[in-house]
Amino acid sequence: MSDISSNSAEERAINASQMKVSDTDVAIDVVGMHKWYGDFHVLRDIDLKVMRGERIVVAGPSGSGKSTLIRCMNRLEEHQQGQIIVNGTELTADLKRIDEVRREVGMVFQHFNLFPHLTILQNLTLAPIWVRGIPQAEAEATAMHYLERVKIPEQANKFPGQLSGGQQQRVAIARSLCMQPKIMLFDEPTSALDPEMVKEVLEVMISLAEEGMTMICVTHEMGFARQVANRVIFMDQGQIIEQNEPETFFSNPQHERTKLFLSQILH
Amino acid sequence: MAVQDNIAGPPRTAFYNDPVIRGIFYQLVVAGLVIAFLTWIILNTAQNLAAQNKSTGFGFLFETSGFGISFTLIPFDRSSYYWQAFVVGLLNTLLVAVIGIIFATMLGFVLGVARLSSNWLIARCATVYVEVIRNIPLLLQLFFWYFAVLKAMPAVRQSFELPLSIFVNQRGIIVPRPLPDFEIFWVAVTAVLALVAAIAMVVWATRVRTKTGHYPVVVSRASRIAGLIVTFGVGYLAISLLGTVVPALSLGPVFPLIGALVLAGISLSPYGRYGRVFIGFAIGWAVANFLLGGMFAGLGEGIIVLGAALVALGIAWTMLSADRRSAATEGKLPLALPVLIVIALPALVYWVTGASLAFEIPVLERFNFAGGLQLVPEMVALVLGLTIYTAAFIAENVRSGIQAVSKGQTEAASSLGLREGDRLRLVVVPQAMRVIIPPLTSQYLNLTKNSSLGAAIGYPELVNVFMGTTLNQTGKAIEVIAITMLVYLTLSLTTSAFMNWYNARVALVER
Repeated sequence: MSDISSNSAEERAINASQMKVSDTDVAIDVVGMHKWYGDFHVLRDIDLKVMRGERIVVAGPSGSGKSTLIRCMNRLEEHQQGQIIVNGTELTADLKRIDEVRREVGMVFQHFNLFPHLTILQNLTLAPIWVRGIPQAEAEATAMHYLERVKIPEQANKFPGQLSGGQQQRVAIARSLCMQPKIMLFDEPTSALDPEMVKEVLEVMISLAEEGMTMICVTHEMGFARQVANRVIFMDQGQIIEQNEPETFFSNPQHERTKLFLSQILH
Repeated sequence: MAVQDNIAGPPRTAFYNDPVIRGIFYQLVVAGLVIAFLTWIILNTAQNLAAQNKSTGFGFLFETSGFGISFTLIPFDRSSYYWQAFVVGLLNTLLVAVIGIIFATMLGFVLGVARLSSNWLIARCATVYVEVIRNIPLLLQLFFWYFAVLKAMPAVRQSFELPLSIFVNQRGIIVPRPLPDFEIFWVAVTAVLALVAAIAMVVWATRVRTKTGHYPVVVSRASRIAGLIVTFGVGYLAISLLGTVVPALSLGPVFPLIGALVLAGISLSPYGRYGRVFIGFAIGWAVANFLLGGMFAGLGEGIIVLGAALVALGIAWTMLSADRRSAATEGKLPLALPVLIVIALPALVYWVTGASLAFEIPVLERFNFAGGLQLVPEMVALVLGLTIYTAAFIAENVRSGIQAVSKGQTEAASSLGLREGDRLRLVVVPQAMRVIIPPLTSQYLNLTKNSSLGAAIGYPELVNVFMGTTLNQTGKAIEVIAITMLVYLTLSLTTSAFMNWYNARVALVER
């Protein structure tokens, strides 16, 4: 944040860190949340308040419950104790509330999960047409707009199987954006990609952050965390161990476990 | 020089090392061998037949057969020709195949879905069914159904009597024979047209929904009215049926009428689901009472009514929880309209044209039943055996198809806010069908070919009538076997042609 260089990525980082974060508007509020898989206690007493406009990166060793945490936020997984309130709606077994939350929360998966039997355009318009009841022509116009944003409008009529991994993941992001969500969840979006394709996906995510999207991102891309996040959360064994601004988190980690983790992934 | 040669073209090879020339050579050798083999077989057969003074040719088809067939779809007697025997056999094969395919598909899909049920008991029952049935030879199962079940039924005079004048005995199942008059034809035509119209309406409404974001106004208004009419009709039925269980409620025709009006009114209010649950409860109670009464005739009436009420409460509870789980139905096309079209239009024509459908009730006479339609035990056993056997395989195809759609697909659809029905319809089923259809077609083929085992229990299908009796009487082995093989080959090739067309149509595009 302090030193200014000619590197455009660095300039972007400055832009991003100056992004407005709301002080009062809570996007996601997780209070005393526990989750078990059978006897296995996956998430222990999670407390997390995400403000509107925040960009949060969740890091931690595998099996620490990072993915499970964000999957609880749109109830792909159910929690057994505590509260999760998303956009003011508490997630319970009530399907109406779950639908309400899912309409406003987009999710991007590690393995893209595009619908292989539909064209890219159909992938993008499916939910707007059937969930929001938007006329087809309008939905297609929106879809083309977002395809241009992720820089692949020429692929609109191809099938997912014909695209590279990076392109597929950008389509997946565009698919979520077509529902015009208030919050985006990313579950290791670059882990299944070839190294040279990681960049094109990260660029899309950075531009999203610049527009002020509330984002929660599980990732091992520490460069992305430094550049975009305004908060990094470190998890281990189902608990949030440490959270801080990226600068402090990377330069001065407090917890032993965090130091060990950082030394392993940053070399 | 050598270098220049390389630049000019590929290095020269001896012609016998050239893969192209070698390929052509081997093809010629194989073709020659095949032609030689076929020539040898044909010449040899002709020679042997000539030595036995046997004539060849298909002239025998137009000779009188001189035997009777126990079950025929077209008129056939001893004076009929062999080609008619062939047609009888073919029709009997097709009859069993078509009925078997329909029932096996229904049973198989139910079992396949049941194996994936989260209900432990249902899933285990389905697993046991599949594992037991598919590991027992089909012929054994046919013998079981024919000898151990159907032939063990009581003699004619002690027939089991089922409701609706259906009788079961050693000679098969005897059901009332429908006696349609001419006007029924128009009712049938209307029924088909109504079905087509209902499907077309749903397809059109769905298209408009996709294009404009909402269902056409005409359709949604008509749907609301149809919903009212259906609720009224079903409510009337439910309350009338309730009268059969609780005699105090059968207060003449006015009471169900008022009740049905109330139920239709409730369906407009936000408490509509309680009306539906009540209807489910009433019908469930009456049906369960009827069935339990039939099964445990020995028990007291009070116990049966109580047991039936418990069953009905279970149904009501299931409906209530299912209803709660499928909240948010604003954008959904109600089923009432197509249902009403399919039922009401033919009913209207039936009433307007004054058509009547009478039934000839079977009556027990001194030695046998007079009237009615007799389903021979051979056919019942064959249909039962084929259905139950093939359904086990179809269940596995269905299960594998559904499981082949990765969990990520459902998750992605959920995260986009698609509701369960839409997830299944738009994402899971289209992908599962791609996996299910090809093996399903080969199960249909298997069922058709396995119907030839009917010969073992005396069902007069193609192999029994034509390759059995006809072949024995005429001795035209080559011709008869060739015709029979041709029939099965045609059936198989038609099915696989369809399968290839379908596969090409739904194949995923990759690269």
